[in-house]
Amino acid sequence: MNKKKAPFAHIVKRQAISWKSVWMIRALAIAAAIATCALVTFLLTGDDPISIFKTIWEGSFASERRMWVLLQNVSILLIISLAMAPAFRMRFWNIGGEGQVMISVLATSSCMIMLGGKIPNALLIVIEIVAAVAAGAVWAAIPAFFKSRWNTNETLFTLMMNYVATQLVAYFIIIWESPRGSGKIGIINQSTQYGWLPQIGEYKYLLTVIVAAVLTVLVYIYMNKSKHGYELAVVGESERTARYIGIKVGRVFVRTMLLSGAICGIAGLLMVGGTDHTMTTTLAGGRGFTAVMVAWMAKFNPVGMIFTSFLLAFLSKGAGEVATQFGLNQSFSDILSSIIIFFLIGCEFFIQYRIMFRKEAK
Amino acid sequence: MSGKRGGRIRDRRQFRTVQRDGRRREKPEEKTLDNKVPAVRMCGITKTFFGKVRANHNVSIDIQRGEILSLLGENGSGKTTLMNMLSGIYCPDCGTIEVDGREVSIRSPKDALNLGIGMIHQHYKLVDVMTATQNIILGLKEEKYDLKAASARVREICERYGFELNPEQKVYDMTVSQKQTVEIVKVLYRKADILILDEPTAVLTPQETEKLFAVLRNMKKDNKAVIIITHKLNEVLEISDRVDILRAGEFVGSLRTSETNAQEMTDMMVGRAVALNINRPEPKNPEPRIEISNLTVRSEEGLLKLDDVSFTINSGEILGIAGISNSGQKELLEAISGLQKVEKGDISYIGEDGKKVSLIGKDPLDIQRMGVALSFVPEDRLGMGLVGNMDMVDNMMLRSFRAGRGLFVNRNRPRAVATHVKDSLEVVTPGLSTPVRRLSGGNVQKVLVGREIETAPSVLLTAYAVRGLDINSSYVIYDLMNQQKERGVAVVYVGEDLDVLLELADRIVVLCGGKLSGILDGRSTNKYEVGSMMTTLGGGEAR
Repeated sequence: MNKKKAPFAHIVKRQAISWKSVWMIRALAIAAAIATCALVTFLLTGDDPISIFKTIWEGSFASERRMWVLLQNVSILLIISLAMAPAFRMRFWNIGGEGQVMISVLATSSCMIMLGGKIPNALLIVIEIVAAVAAGAVWAAIPAFFKSRWNTNETLFTLMMNYVATQLVAYFIIIWESPRGSGKIGIINQSTQYGWLPQIGEYKYLLTVIVAAVLTVLVYIYMNKSKHGYELAVVGESERTARYIGIKVGRVFVRTMLLSGAICGIAGLLMVGGTDHTMTTTLAGGRGFTAVMVAWMAKFNPVGMIFTSFLLAFLSKGAGEVATQFGLNQSFSDILSSIIIFFLIGCEFFIQYRIMFRKEAK
Repeated sequence: MSGKRGGRIRDRRQFRTVQRDGRRREKPEEKTLDNKVPAVRMCGITKTFFGKVRANHNVSIDIQRGEILSLLGENGSGKTTLMNMLSGIYCPDCGTIEVDGREVSIRSPKDALNLGIGMIHQHYKLVDVMTATQNIILGLKEEKYDLKAASARVREICERYGFELNPEQKVYDMTVSQKQTVEIVKVLYRKADILILDEPTAVLTPQETEKLFAVLRNMKKDNKAVIIITHKLNEVLEISDRVDILRAGEFVGSLRTSETNAQEMTDMMVGRAVALNINRPEPKNPEPRIEISNLTVRSEEGLLKLDDVSFTINSGEILGIAGISNSGQKELLEAISGLQKVEKGDISYIGEDGKKVSLIGKDPLDIQRMGVALSFVPEDRLGMGLVGNMDMVDNMMLRSFRAGRGLFVNRNRPRAVATHVKDSLEVVTPGLSTPVRRLSGGNVQKVLVGREIETAPSVLLTAYAVRGLDINSSYVIYDLMNQQKERGVAVVYVGEDLDVLLELADRIVVLCGGKLSGILDGRSTNKYEVGSMMTTLGGGEAR
């Protein structure tokens, strides 16, 4: 009988999937994303797709300087992602990484501007570190406190805190602007280098890379080996189970977010004190949000996050390079980044589910 | 009617082993020998999940109109999967389905309904804020939205089959049994004449079960085909004409209920001879362990959940707690274990040295730190008792991870405990590092109970400890509870299967709407006494 028995295709949730298949699917998605980017660029600009791929590569690897910039980008993104991981493992949807970074950017800058030259430089740097870490931690702990006390929605709360932080930065840029009327701060303490974090050898970005590496190890140990890490995993899986065994859920929320915010604070500190030495409203540049994706794609595993942050930093550098090389504007690089991100997020569906096609009768 | 039937069922042991007379059966002989075309014939059905889990293998069953068929099998034997294929939720990999002798392909629940096949699932899918009628006509696009006409039809259906249902009642006001009625009327309203009920009695009191059975008999008279998925043997014997037995996804046999008995069915279902007795050793010098006095508890919404309840839990004894679902059982256990705020009254723990401490206002951690060895096997195993995504080792650690100084957890001891639980309770798992949610229901429960008794408790609270478990696993759990009882532990068993409660518990506390309806002696009471106390305070005349 040649009757249709089953629907043509249906979706099945996967039971378990090996990490090899996961990365296979992602590799395919990246390939598809790059192909689509090439096609879009070709259709819109008429440029040759091969040279587009080459440009993406060159965006990160054409020179030693570019490789260092890539490494710096990866490191900052990785640090912010490491901050996201414990909160997300706890199912605390913290999308306030951006704000937590910005508020510590503000804290670092204000230390540099207001205390620079007035106290010994070593003391200034210590104060700077404490201020940045504390600012990030407090900024993150406020929504956690409200959630534990009044069960507020942390997603909205952390999102709103981003805007507050960014506006505070904008306000102080006007106050401290130099030269007057430029609407910018410029390089802080350019001549005296007060409050600048020490540079290791001749490598401007090495400090950031080392800090990121150390943090990766620490966060890995915290999440997998410590009692705190175990508690937050239980809270994330089921608050009811946590209460059942006597974990104080609210306290875990606040404690974990203090840690998250503190790590974001380190990212802000490194950006202002270590590399950029200035403060702009776009310094975080959306990395607080990209970090969520980095952490998510690696299933909150710090080691996996090294790869995912590298991947995203590389692709966005490449997209930017394509836009400049081919004389296109910034919006075009945004289009390319969006295509890449669309494919990367979209492929998660195929990691969770499988599409089964009807088997033809023999 | 109830008195007479009660008399017959009272002695369950006898009921199980003595072959039943076929008086109630309505001449099933002629019906199948008639060579009539069956209402449904499923032939050579095979269904495999994920390319490896074989849920059904070459299963063939058929059912006539005017017949009640029981589908019997342990958990995971493929009963529900098979019926889901009939109701359009899954598609079989191979095999054919015929309805009234015509081969059909059922690709969605809608297809199934068009063929007159309706399934009542275990979990009801009703909109709480709507009335019965609104729920019933929900999603019927072909019909004009005419509530009055619809209500009239609902009434007519109810009258015809003997349902008790008010079409204007809102679902949130309904008892579980009324909700079930709505679900059944819903498929009847859609003109289904082949009905599948998935464990319909799991949530009903004996009285409600009888009403349901009366309705099912009316449907049978109306020439409908009824399939019941169940693992309660006495119900199979009571209601069905025929029973088809599945084991590990395969069809093992079809029996005429009038010619079989519980022992035979169990043996076929399990695949080997099983002793059906539950032990009940005499309690050894019981002494009060937990004293509950005038306990009053309100839910977060301010509803009175427990109202002035007082009783004592003794060591060395199994205290059964009976009640219709949601009569305050959950709140009671959670109040004792420190998870539920208490409005009034007291819960005191009396240690072996006779020292009395109040547990009011303490959270689980405080209670543990006070040295009260209280274990709790909650109803929601994977949502509360265990963490589904964690492996056995990490789940064993839930109670003990704080042990030792320092910031880091030590997984050596939990690993040893996990190994011990796995070996002594014969937990079937691919390995200690498999997430527990991948284990079968029985094994999940073994892990949970194993962990809770590993801490050498003096009080063991269990809520629906055998719900959804197959016969083998259930008996493992009963044995474990008896072992604890003999060790002198005060065991509390909240159960829903009265037959088991009556065989296992030394005393039975009956709750009715949050109030204490009575305390009965497990050895001298019977199912109908308990049942009527569950529905009416103090028993009285039920109905």
